[in-house]
Amino acid sequence: MNAPVSTRGCTNTPVLKERGQREVFCGLTGIIWLHRKMQDAFFLVVGSRTCAHLLQSAAGVMIFAEPRFGTAILEEKDLAGLVDAQTELDREVARLLSRRPDIRQLFLVGSCPSEVIKLDLHRAAERMSVAHAPHVRVLNYSGSGIETTFTQGEDACLASMVPVLPASDARELLIVGALPDVVEDQALALLAAMGISPVRCLPARRSGDLPSVGPNTVFALLQPFLGDTHAALIRRGARHIPAPFPFGAAGTTAWLQAIATEFNVPQALFDAVTAAPRARAEKAIAASAETLSGKSVFFFPDSQLEIPLARFLTRECGMTAIEVGTPFLHRDLMAPDLELLAEGPTLSEGQDVDLQLARARAARADLTVCGLGLANPLEAEGLATKWAIELVFTPVHFYEQAGDLAALFAKPLRRRALLAPLAPQTEAAE
Amino acid sequence: MKLTLWTYEGPPHVGAMRVATGMKGLHYVLHAPQGDTYADLLFTMIERRDHRPPVTYTTFQARDLGGDTAGLFKTACQDAVDRFKPEALIVGASCTAELIQDDPAGLAGSMNLGIPVIALDLPSYQRKEGFGTDETFLQIVRHLAKPVARSEQITANLIGPTALGFRHRDDIVEVTRLLSDMGITVNVVGPMGSRPSDIARLGAAHFNVLMYPEHAESAARWLETNLKQPYTKIVPIGVGATRDFLAEVSTITGLPVKSDTSRLRLPWWTRSVDSTYLTGKRVFLFGDGTHVAAAARIARDEMGFEVCGMGCFNREMARPIRALAKEFGVEALISDDYLEVESTIEALQPEMILGTQMERHIGKRLGIPCAVISAPVHVQDFPARYSPQMGWEGANVIFDTWVHPLVMGLEEHLLHMFRDDFEFHDDAGASHHGGQHKARETEPEAAAAAAVDGGSIPPETAPVLQETTAHIIWLSDAENELKKIPFFVRGKARRNTEKYASGKGIARISVETLYEAKAHYAR
Repeated sequence: MNAPVSTRGCTNTPVLKERGQREVFCGLTGIIWLHRKMQDAFFLVVGSRTCAHLLQSAAGVMIFAEPRFGTAILEEKDLAGLVDAQTELDREVARLLSRRPDIRQLFLVGSCPSEVIKLDLHRAAERMSVAHAPHVRVLNYSGSGIETTFTQGEDACLASMVPVLPASDARELLIVGALPDVVEDQALALLAAMGISPVRCLPARRSGDLPSVGPNTVFALLQPFLGDTHAALIRRGARHIPAPFPFGAAGTTAWLQAIATEFNVPQALFDAVTAAPRARAEKAIAASAETLSGKSVFFFPDSQLEIPLARFLTRECGMTAIEVGTPFLHRDLMAPDLELLAEGPTLSEGQDVDLQLARARAARADLTVCGLGLANPLEAEGLATKWAIELVFTPVHFYEQAGDLAALFAKPLRRRALLAPLAPQTEAAE
Repeated sequence: MKLTLWTYEGPPHVGAMRVATGMKGLHYVLHAPQGDTYADLLFTMIERRDHRPPVTYTTFQARDLGGDTAGLFKTACQDAVDRFKPEALIVGASCTAELIQDDPAGLAGSMNLGIPVIALDLPSYQRKEGFGTDETFLQIVRHLAKPVARSEQITANLIGPTALGFRHRDDIVEVTRLLSDMGITVNVVGPMGSRPSDIARLGAAHFNVLMYPEHAESAARWLETNLKQPYTKIVPIGVGATRDFLAEVSTITGLPVKSDTSRLRLPWWTRSVDSTYLTGKRVFLFGDGTHVAAAARIARDEMGFEVCGMGCFNREMARPIRALAKEFGVEALISDDYLEVESTIEALQPEMILGTQMERHIGKRLGIPCAVISAPVHVQDFPARYSPQMGWEGANVIFDTWVHPLVMGLEEHLLHMFRDDFEFHDDAGASHHGGQHKARETEPEAAAAAAVDGGSIPPETAPVLQETTAHIIWLSDAENELKKIPFFVRGKARRNTEKYASGKGIARISVETLYEAKAHYAR
């Protein structure tokens, strides 16, 4: 299933660019996983009741007790200029930090309303950093829907951290992207076994472990949506190691290989380190590939993971892609994956949801990957769906999760087959 | 600016969505940035709806702000009308669009769309979801309801049920049944299930049943003034309230009260001896005002509970809930700050919470059982089975729902009898809840340590007890005696003893103090 691609895959495929109604989350949603990753950080959204409601709804369940994120809700008097919003913010932050001495990093997160009224959160962050130094560092980024789509919130957050990273001339590898600790540890173990050390992570789990960066830093991205962070690191002199993203057995191998090559790891050592986990991953994928092989898939845009995932499904699980939608197509970062994605599917960027729904209905793919707002309505029309958000909330990177990743796609199809005799008669969509 | 961690209510445009999604043949064009579409999943996931909410979002971006966002809005309106062919359109702005002041009402009004266009003015920075439902339905009714001839037979409209409501789907069926027993047929149910053309014929009904004041009181008042339709003030949740509701309907219509109560089981279930253990259980009530008021009456008069506190998150209901709390001799908590609700519950230490999904989490954390009586809702509040809150069947459902989180009556006696057996230790929980069996921990070290220093009580497994009386200490013999008291009354015993001790100026609690307090509070 890993036949060499003689052409350049989808590298030169024209992209269908659309704009219209988008059925996607805004960048604030990233807070849900970022606050789990950075255990001493608090994310304070400066926004409206809608922002607070979004976070609560996207989290799906409430996290017990006091979460490490919240919303400073703008009120009428803030907007009417009856009070100084900056003073109000200072007061809320001071109150928060005094109640939560465990907080070492505070992110002021801009929202649509705060951007529209041009509330200067950068100035606020600088002022607060001075006021609360050295105990708390305050940074700001925008997770607003007018500027960021879903996973771009993480990109904006990480990019905001890059300028404050300490400088260093050391030749070090930096891996970039928020993965669950268990997955990150697997990656670090594989790299260590190849003799690559030290390896730093952005974001770090604790604010005290911030990586340093400089002209001898090389970095690899763990997530495809980190375009701004990529640019910010390059501005600091670091060099990017281009690679396909580490999804699936082949994707993980290619990602590791790119780093191994950079660090001159002997091929024998590389093979010795990767052989066993790679074989495990291939075996685990094969179990789901039985269900997926020969089936078609249609991706609605969601997280920018779509192209690497389509590459994984087509090359390692035997599926065919009909349409691969992505909210934003970063040509440079995506080049290695596009090259490995066989020609055929429509590549689309942005969204006009009603037009795209019409295409999805016409295509009737065996599996449609879409957001939570569309999944049940499409199921009711007889299409099997996979909620895209699970691909972001679930550990799916690297060898040991490759089987889980394939299973996420296979499960809706297996479930459908199990329940076939019960196919419900549902009301036609109106 | 106000720091918020969890919210009881969404923004007002989500209220408008609940109205639009409940209806058919109506479309909502919402001027909103990318991301506000998250609200769709409330309906498709939590309520398991099989179609998308009828909402078009204009999805403006930062680069549009200097340009033609108004044009974007007009295109969205035209596309929505062409694509979905609604009978009427509602238009409005979300919080961000409110700031850019494009005037959706004026823009849509100027377009000649050929259908009624209803503009919504929902101030996002002042009001919340409940206001959004009520105001949206009012505007729809004002624009579409026309004076029409009354039906020959006596008919009623059921008003208030919306999408994402707490058991609205089944309450409609139950209330329809109650009315049908009296020979009254339903003219229109709205917003849920109605089309704009149905709203136009609201006036044919002889009266309105206001099912949920939170969502339709303004519309009910408007219909009373303009179409001379009286509306019911009693919400038929609970046996007593249902009886009063039927009497109210009788007064309005002149028809005699007739009802088939053969399905009603609550009165016998609550009287049967197994239910003795419910007597005087201290319950805390929190939710929307309507459900809390109904629950208070059921708790006291139909279950034999003691209401130790109540409150609501919607300020619109503050006045009636304060009055009711006064009648019950408790303090009303009017707040949408869940930390405040949590600390109130922690201080009151009820034996059960009747609340929302938020209180269910608070209960989990504090180790207090909780049954859900009100929105905000989660996916488990949309059960597959028929489970109304209103009418006779609603009363049956409420009995079962409220008893479920508790340890069963017979089991409670067994627990008392066998409490030293390893299967029946305090952390084992109710047997019908499954879950993992937790073996009794051997010899709690904290107790031994406490005995040495003459004793303050080690914390419970769940942090139920707030140290409010820090200056009072428990002598170790009293502490050991307290441990012999079954866990489900231990919190109360401890609290009462400490209250008694501080009232008497006793700084060190002995076994004597414990039993004096017990005698003092005996009922």
